[in-house]
Amino acid sequence: MRVALFVTCLADTLFPQAGKATTALLERLGHQVEFPAAQTCCGQMHVNTGYARAALPLVRRYVQVFEPYEVIVAPSGSCTGSIRHQHAMVARRCGDEALAARAEAVGARTHELSQLLVDVLGVEDVGAYYPHRVTYHPTCHSLRLLRVGEAPLRLLRQVRGIDLVELPDAEVCCGFGGTFAVKNADTSTAMLADKMRSVLATRAEVCTAGDSSCLMHIGGGLSRLRAGTRTVHLAEILAATAERPA
Amino acid sequence: MTGEPGVTGEPTFLGLPTAPPGVGHLRGSEPFPAAARRALADTQLRRNLGKATSTIRAKRARVVGELPDWEALRQAGQQIKADTMRHLDRYLEQLEAQVTARGGVVHWARDAREANQIVTGLVRATGATEAVKVKSIVTDEIGLNEALASAGIHAHETDLAELIVQLGRDRPSHILVPAIHRNRAEIREIFLREMADADPGLTDSPAALAEAARQHLRRVFLSARVGISGANFAIAETGTLCVVESEGNGRMCLTLPEVLITVMGIEKVLPSWADLGVFLQLLPRSSTGERMNPYTSMWTGVTPGDGPQQFHLVLLDNGRTAALADQAGREALHCIRCSACLNVCPVYERVGGHAYGSVYPGPIGAVLSPLLTGIEDNASLPYASSLCGACYDACPVKIDIPSLLVHLRARHVEESGPSPEAVAMAAAAWVMAGPARYRAGQRAGRLGRLLGRGGRIRRLPPPVSAWTAARDAPVPPAQTFREWWRER
Repeated sequence: MRVALFVTCLADTLFPQAGKATTALLERLGHQVEFPAAQTCCGQMHVNTGYARAALPLVRRYVQVFEPYEVIVAPSGSCTGSIRHQHAMVARRCGDEALAARAEAVGARTHELSQLLVDVLGVEDVGAYYPHRVTYHPTCHSLRLLRVGEAPLRLLRQVRGIDLVELPDAEVCCGFGGTFAVKNADTSTAMLADKMRSVLATRAEVCTAGDSSCLMHIGGGLSRLRAGTRTVHLAEILAATAERPA
Repeated sequence: MTGEPGVTGEPTFLGLPTAPPGVGHLRGSEPFPAAARRALADTQLRRNLGKATSTIRAKRARVVGELPDWEALRQAGQQIKADTMRHLDRYLEQLEAQVTARGGVVHWARDAREANQIVTGLVRATGATEAVKVKSIVTDEIGLNEALASAGIHAHETDLAELIVQLGRDRPSHILVPAIHRNRAEIREIFLREMADADPGLTDSPAALAEAARQHLRRVFLSARVGISGANFAIAETGTLCVVESEGNGRMCLTLPEVLITVMGIEKVLPSWADLGVFLQLLPRSSTGERMNPYTSMWTGVTPGDGPQQFHLVLLDNGRTAALADQAGREALHCIRCSACLNVCPVYERVGGHAYGSVYPGPIGAVLSPLLTGIEDNASLPYASSLCGACYDACPVKIDIPSLLVHLRARHVEESGPSPEAVAMAAAAWVMAGPARYRAGQRAGRLGRLLGRGGRIRRLPPPVSAWTAARDAPVPPAQTFREWWRER
């Protein structure tokens, strides 16, 4: 299957390993990955901070760049959620009904990685090998906006060598929330403290999730504390094999 | 012909009036981040809230899980409320006609000040200097107790939690559990200090505390001539008012006094009894986590020889029509004040209700308060959320609170002038809207590598310095994804 990769601006700029792993994984499963170079950002930060109008050119760009593709994947529940649930709203707020209709169509063809694998491609065992103790944080937008449900855990349970441990209070937000982390830094940090307490209670060496943004937040806290637990994107675990370890 | 407004016969529409400042409790004295910072430092508060909200969350989850048609009930609740808001004028006039026909008197109050004047005048006319109150957030919203006090009338709160708040000269911090920020030991101290008749040997067992309140209130109930309540629902087709509660104090206030005054936000009206059936299933499960609340009181006008012989209904606007005028925002008026969104909110659980500055805290408060006051008076509240979506999942009438928060943020940005943030956001959007500019931006961002020490950045410059106050930032990689893709 031909799959267009929307890598997200965050992964492109700060966490390229998530994009590389998504590519490696899909190619290993026999799919053809394309990276339309004209892509930039989904505009979620603008929309969620109140700048819906400023996000209009970004919505238009996303729609134009990805309209030719039947299947689009993003290694992010949050960006996929924004594309599916906010792009049409932004277009409507700016009075562009035609763009809204196109955005809805492209949004419906945009999939978060674990949903693409489990729900669209029908695969749970991706042949990964990852001999580490891992806990999984279901990010809010994956969970409550996209309803990915058990998909990421079903993928992780099939990974060889993994020691998968359940995260206590997993469904509680880590406190990232985009610009919330800066505008309400104290509250965000208090939420992060509780999330880190849960992560550390698992004694996992790796905390994984389907979003680089939440991982940047949790990982930033763990790193500051020298806690001895690192954050790794779900795609990297699924891409790892005995021959090509992460 | 064109010309000045008025000349053409087209009046200039100035918008519907919002809740006025200077009266009531819809505005805080400081922005949310500052109030939250102080609240976060209160370790006792963190402990009390964490314990209370997790207990209610578990109870709610259990009883909601029992109902196979919960989603259908939510859907029904949402649709009934949407229909009611669409025809609010019609239902309110129907309610007025029915209440009047059954011997009640209906008063219309455009705002808090007018409502307080009406209620104060009604109590004065009875000659009473005391009144008993059922737990009511709307009377907290308008600051009724203070207004009555300044007219020499003492309003006794009779709900246990409201009594704790009143005796402690405190503010409610939760829609359902106003004293959620207090634990047993603190409540015991308040009772010993403020209740002249309290037993010095009072323990902090819940039964002992409840008994002390019961003894304290009994005298008040039996001598009260005026009762004041809010309303959970009002049924337009018959003019029936409904209050749901747990303690029975409400039943006493609604039946013992000669005069009953009910203050109700105009959004509380329901078209019919059949609609009430839906909400009596949704509300107790969502609020206290019970299948049904212990006391459901309903009354229709005045019944000679039984219960209050005078009934006044004060219908309050106080910014509600302004909220209704916001086509997206009006969904916030669907709220039935169950407080499920507060109990599941990770922000509320950590900062508590006082940080929101309004009697309506938590996720629903963060949308409702700015809608009622005008956004400029509660501008920090729509940002007091990580948009995690737990509130939307818990809401019994499916209010899409995260989308409303985003909508209000957009209204705030659109209604306020240029700001440094707006300039930065516009610049960021411009950079990202063009791939060449975006690539140049990535290259510039790579200068961040210079800040890296040991694979992490410990300090970023403003405006993102708040990030690195408690969190490391990642060091930009030597190669972006697109550079890697081009080379492979």
